[in-house]
Amino acid sequence: MYVVVVGGGNVGYYLTKELLAAGHEVVVIEKDPSRARLIADELGSIVVTNDGCEGRYQAEAGMGRADVVAAVTGDDEDNLVACQVAKMRFNVPRSIARVNNPKNERLFRKLSIDETVSPTRAILGVIEHEIPVHDLLHLAELGGGEVQIVEAQLSAGAPVVGREVRELELAEGDTIAMVVRGHRAVAPRPETRLQIGDKLLLITSADREAELRNLLIGE
Amino acid sequence: MRVVIIGCGRVGAQAAAELDGHGEHVTVIDTDPRAFNRLPAAFGGVTVRGSGTDEDVLRSAGAELADVLMALTQGDNRNALAAQLGKHSFGLPRVIAKINDPLRAEAYRSLGLETMCRTTILSRALVTAALEGAEATQGEVSPPTAEPLRGAPPPGSRAHDQAAASSTSSPASAAAEEERG
Repeated sequence: MYVVVVGGGNVGYYLTKELLAAGHEVVVIEKDPSRARLIADELGSIVVTNDGCEGRYQAEAGMGRADVVAAVTGDDEDNLVACQVAKMRFNVPRSIARVNNPKNERLFRKLSIDETVSPTRAILGVIEHEIPVHDLLHLAELGGGEVQIVEAQLSAGAPVVGREVRELELAEGDTIAMVVRGHRAVAPRPETRLQIGDKLLLITSADREAELRNLLIGE
Repeated sequence: MRVVIIGCGRVGAQAAAELDGHGEHVTVIDTDPRAFNRLPAAFGGVTVRGSGTDEDVLRSAGAELADVLMALTQGDNRNALAAQLGKHSFGLPRVIAKINDPLRAEAYRSLGLETMCRTTILSRALVTAALEGAEATQGEVSPPTAEPLRGAPPPGSRAHDQAAASSTSSPASAAAEEERG
């Protein structure tokens, strides 16, 4: 595959290194000359020293035949523009943007960036897994954010503890995909009785989340 | 009319002051509170410290209710992000982004943003000045206007320059200026 990496910071550098090791063809666009030289010394002459948001330097990097553009600078706005220019001018089939402010993810998707990766959200996810919080945990988004896979952990006060799955008044379209009990996954049946400590994996939509949270977790 | 301006640099501060002078409801956002010193003492609008590319900051500045959002920071990409936040996350009727790279400005115009490109405006003004000679400029090189805004603020005033400048980039904004003037 031919990948153009915009941004030669730590993320861009290690990404490039891994991609090269996996046998892919890679060009990095990095505007800081000393940083660019460092990468070129290490990985060979695969660096375009310039602004990766500008069409002509993207052209120089061969964006026209790229399969993937990965914009991984430290600035959300640069990553957005780099991906938009790559898509608009060079019709790159797949664009990936690093997003620092997790709230920008939704906007980026709306602006037809194919994939967003938010280190902030990833770390937040890890922390939330470690510390029990009485909230729905986001596990994944499908269909551009419309369909959400969430996890609800049932603590002692949860209103659904002791009730059977069939008794739950889930909204149309909401589904319990699985009940995780201890370290076992239990397929939910109508007569499955929910217990303290159960984790429910649910499929819902973004606009019904608050409702679902009240139903399962309470408050 | 409610106007939210991102970036209180020379352009942002002057536009804010003039819109405020027109009696519009103006909010200016800048990450550096010292930037607000550029506003005149009589400025009656609101200043908000924070990043105009941050949805939460925009919301706290009342951007959801804005009629116009103008992204006027020094960074083209920042302006592109802020303007697209306004257009797509807040669904604002008008967003204007200052984008100094002409190619990027054109690209974003094709995506439905109103863009203002200083490079294009200045170079056109200079080319016209060079071709038409000193008599035409009368000491001040100003952007050529295809249709001079006779009803707009008096020629030579700063408001005039701005109305003229926006007419180069977008006929719609010039029309709006004209209506108010």
